Amino acid sequence: MAELLTVHDPQGYPPKVVGKRLSERPETLDGKLVYLVDCLFDNSENFMRELEDWFGKNLPSVKTRLIQPRQSWVDDAEMRAKVAREGDGAILGVGL
Amino acid sequence: MKHCSPTVVVLAMLLEEAGVPSVAVHTDVFAGVARATATANGMPRTRQAFVPQPVVDVSRAELRAYIEGSDPITGRPFMQEVIEALTSPLDAEDLIGLSFDRSAPRLLSPDSEEHLQQLFLQNHWTDCLPIILPTEARVAAMLKATSHAPDEIVGRMRPTSFREFWEYTVEKVAVNAVIAGARPEYFPVILALAASGSTARSSSTTSMTNMAVVNGSIRHQIAMNCGIGALGPYNHANVTIGRAYALLSQNLQGGSVPGETYMGTLGNGLAYSACFAENEERSPWEPLHVQKGFNSTDSAVSVFFGLRYVQEGYGPRLTWREKMRRCLSAGAHFPPLLVMDPIVARLFVERGMDTKQKLIDWCAENARLPAREYWDDQWVQTLLRPLAVAGVEPYASQLKAAPDEIVQMFEPQEINIAVTGGEAQGAWKMFGARYERTVSIDAWR
Repeated sequence: MAELLTVHDPQGYPPKVVGKRLSERPETLDGKLVYLVDCLFDNSENFMRELEDWFGKNLPSVKTRLIQPRQSWVDDAEMRAKVAREGDGAILGVGL
Repeated sequence: MKHCSPTVVVLAMLLEEAGVPSVAVHTDVFAGVARATATANGMPRTRQAFVPQPVVDVSRAELRAYIEGSDPITGRPFMQEVIEALTSPLDAEDLIGLSFDRSAPRLLSPDSEEHLQQLFLQNHWTDCLPIILPTEARVAAMLKATSHAPDEIVGRMRPTSFREFWEYTVEKVAVNAVIAGARPEYFPVILALAASGSTARSSSTTSMTNMAVVNGSIRHQIAMNCGIGALGPYNHANVTIGRAYALLSQNLQGGSVPGETYMGTLGNGLAYSACFAENEERSPWEPLHVQKGFNSTDSAVSVFFGLRYVQEGYGPRLTWREKMRRCLSAGAHFPPLLVMDPIVARLFVERGMDTKQKLIDWCAENARLPAREYWDDQWVQTLLRPLAVAGVEPYASQLKAAPDEIVQMFEPQEINIAVTGGEAQGAWKMFGARYERTVSIDAWR
């Protein structure tokens, strides 16, 4: 029988994860303001502009507003506060 | 350092926490990363929708077709996914999120060498080459090479922005140093690299990795190579220190698994090991660590991030200016690290570059592109354009430039030079590698 070895686990220490809940959903987006968050990645702005146009043509009762953080890869607290204050929903993208 | 999906997921989660129903949109190849990020942050049910890859470099008409088409992950209409993500009632799991603790025992269950080698491979704890198993005795021997306590926190790392940081101790670094085959006398260098907090296992789609440049007396104390073959693979210290840096990065940051915590589309052979010593004795210039504020008697390691492109040249030769200009503007946008043999360095001195800074200033002045080409670069678009729009100089002025106007690509402080090699040829290489920081090795002895 082969000799048994005791070895160390090579992994670092992960943070403990605390569950977070989703926010309540409205029954409909009619009359609501949905922020289209262009996260500033390459060609995301054009994607969001097409999304804005799609809502205008297909769901005109939904108000949309394009918004961008001040930098890519940054949590722009000011932008987030504005969306939270004024928005009823948010579509963010594009992760690529 | 970076790719975009974790950013989009975490911003969506932050808005959810602020009471805003949100949906994160990604290209389908990032589905695994997006879900892993949401789970690791306690909100696995974060609403996500997907469009086909690629989004970059496609027309608005194609983007519109994605929006009017199907989500490639679910097969359902994309906009139906988006609208339902924002309006469908929540269920019990949506309301509690997911709490969990991934802490693992310090030691693995005893097993045979063959099974443990297989376990490390299956768990993505290796670079797919055979490893030295980190037995208690081997780790204890490694720990004797530093005055620091095994339970001292060395730092924390993560594979990209908006992923969670993992933390590590001196002992955890020692475990990975053993796995890489490093000898105990190398351990202070490896601890300094771990303390940099700069991961050599970025999850970036651009397949970035890190390079380490060692300066000071430690180079000779541990018999590092700064002569023939310095960049590898001909010296035990160079190779295993570089490998240890790579392995500790992937294991101590929470993994480097394709599709989950690694998205480098091509991969990068330099990710196995990229470490060398500067040839201070044969260089006519100030050592790198002295340029970064250390004393010449100090031992320190400098970390460079990226290794996205490699150019090379010989000489300098009569037409070095033309050659260097071509190289500086040829690669994807990333600051250059020039690594040159002492022969080249001395010939540059003969051409008036009697300090590294003079050559750096020349490179900064001559790294130029027409604005139209400069801005048509994914890195520039994603990272620098937002700064330009926000009015940050010099990017704001560059954004105002006419398409054919020439713009400067780099600031002098972004460009670096290191001298190494065995004077067998007047060779130089240019790596696309951004300086991160220089860390004291003496502090970790």
